[in-house]
Amino acid sequence: MASIKKISLRRREEFFWGWLFILPTMVGLIVLNIIPIFQTIYQSFFKTGDFGRGNIFVGLSNYVRLINDKDVWQALANTLKYAVTEVVVSIAISLVLAVLLNKKIRFRAGYRTIFFLPMIAAPAAIAMVWRWLYNTEFGLLNNLFGTKINWISNPNFAIYSIAVIGIWSILGYNIVLFLAGLQEIPNDYYEASSIDGASGIRQFFNITLPLLSPTIFFVVVTRVIGALQVFDLIFMVVDITNPALTKTQSLVYLFYRYSFTQGNRGYGSTIVVLLLLVIMFVTIFQIIAQKKWVFYN
Amino acid sequence: MVKTQTRSAVWIQLILIVFSISMLVPFLWMILTAFKSVSESTSVDPFVVFPSVWRIDSFRTVIANMNFLLLYKNTILLIFWRVITAVATATMAGYAFARLNFPGRDFAFSLVLFQMMVPSQIFVIPQYIMISKLNALNTMFGLVFPGLVTAFGTFLMRQSFKGLPRDLEEAAKLDGCNIGQTFLHIMLPLTRSNMVALGIFTSVFAYKDLLWPMIAAPRNEATTLAAALAKMQGQYGANFPQLMAASLLACLPMIVLYLLFQRQFIEGIATTGGKL
Repeated sequence: MASIKKISLRRREEFFWGWLFILPTMVGLIVLNIIPIFQTIYQSFFKTGDFGRGNIFVGLSNYVRLINDKDVWQALANTLKYAVTEVVVSIAISLVLAVLLNKKIRFRAGYRTIFFLPMIAAPAAIAMVWRWLYNTEFGLLNNLFGTKINWISNPNFAIYSIAVIGIWSILGYNIVLFLAGLQEIPNDYYEASSIDGASGIRQFFNITLPLLSPTIFFVVVTRVIGALQVFDLIFMVVDITNPALTKTQSLVYLFYRYSFTQGNRGYGSTIVVLLLLVIMFVTIFQIIAQKKWVFYN
Repeated sequence: MVKTQTRSAVWIQLILIVFSISMLVPFLWMILTAFKSVSESTSVDPFVVFPSVWRIDSFRTVIANMNFLLLYKNTILLIFWRVITAVATATMAGYAFARLNFPGRDFAFSLVLFQMMVPSQIFVIPQYIMISKLNALNTMFGLVFPGLVTAFGTFLMRQSFKGLPRDLEEAAKLDGCNIGQTFLHIMLPLTRSNMVALGIFTSVFAYKDLLWPMIAAPRNEATTLAAALAKMQGQYGANFPQLMAASLLACLPMIVLYLLFQRQFIEGIATTGGKL
């Protein structure tokens, strides 16, 4: 009898403290995040009235406009181009660098510090210095190569020049995650295959890649989600007068412009709903596709 | 055998050095340009690498025009409040989710996970409307607002409490501690390193964030370094020494902190797996 009473006392205690501890987070989460999700979706069925007049219900017309909006589809294409370039190239380079850094070499910590440096720099500063490097007339890159390339204003490849900045910024982050993953791989595997006469490159493909694949999968999924939300770089690097604007603006950039410079929150919300759907689709696809290539022990 | 090993070591060093240089060049160019005159900075002679005289005029101008002291103050305050609220709320909630059994827990936690899966831009318009209704545009409260709680941090702290042994709580219970005391005196100190990691992640995130300060605090005297820098670009046009001087001033405090606390920074940002 006494023990039953004790259990129910303990239960009541856990109920009280449990809710007390999660209450601030849950109230914040519901007010700041959960309700806004529905408000944004709701808003996408409205047109924001001029001169501070309230919302006007317009049904699906924002979505009809979205489907026929060439700028939106171009922005989606730009976003995907950026994301694929940034993620694939940055992961390939950082994999190689992480494998090299995982060996017993000098200055390991120093290299890691240098590679990680861009992660803590303000994106506005990064964008400004890269604009300066890319400058057509006086930029370091054109000076160095003796060229006059419009790195960030040629509509054909400006998005890739911006992706280079993204790759440069994110390398250190990927490397650190890969290094953590590499340290989990037991050394025995490498020793055994060395005795069998496997070369370094074969070891990379036969041991390192499969055993690191869960980490790679995690990095790919989080980086794709991050890259699809690219905004800072494009906002800072591409001026409103840049001829490459339509070929570089991302979905979040369009969302910002419609919602906050043109005050059309209804259409801005519609764009963000599209972004949500794209991210969900891409992520679900990746989770299904991982069965084909991710190797779990 | 030894010879091939040293040779491959040389190759590895060479590759790493080349990449290190390409990581550092933008920063070095930022520093060099900031000390040059405008005409030096636009010299097409590729051999004009260093300024003839190390000028500090550009720094003087941007400090005078941009009120950097105020920007530092705003950014530091934003970081301070974000870290305090995020670490406090996430630690408490993380503990409850990891170690306590109570009705509604799993549903509440599924909301935390749900928030993490949604792109953050979807919250921005309603959050903006909320702070403008509260008359909190261009205030510190408005800047801190979206970061009052953190789903990501809650998840992180839950993981870190899950990794701790159960015996400690049992012992504390036998000693007559209630759950609040156990949490505060026994469990909290054990997750200090994760709290530091979350704090650093939150700081860097707040420092780098551009979209929210731009819309929530558009006024020059109320905004943060990142947003002020973005605005400056339009005003200074092609005066690259001044743009670089301002960029350097904006980056410098974080770089110094980073160099002092590298290990904590790298662990804080990367091993939490948070997206910045």
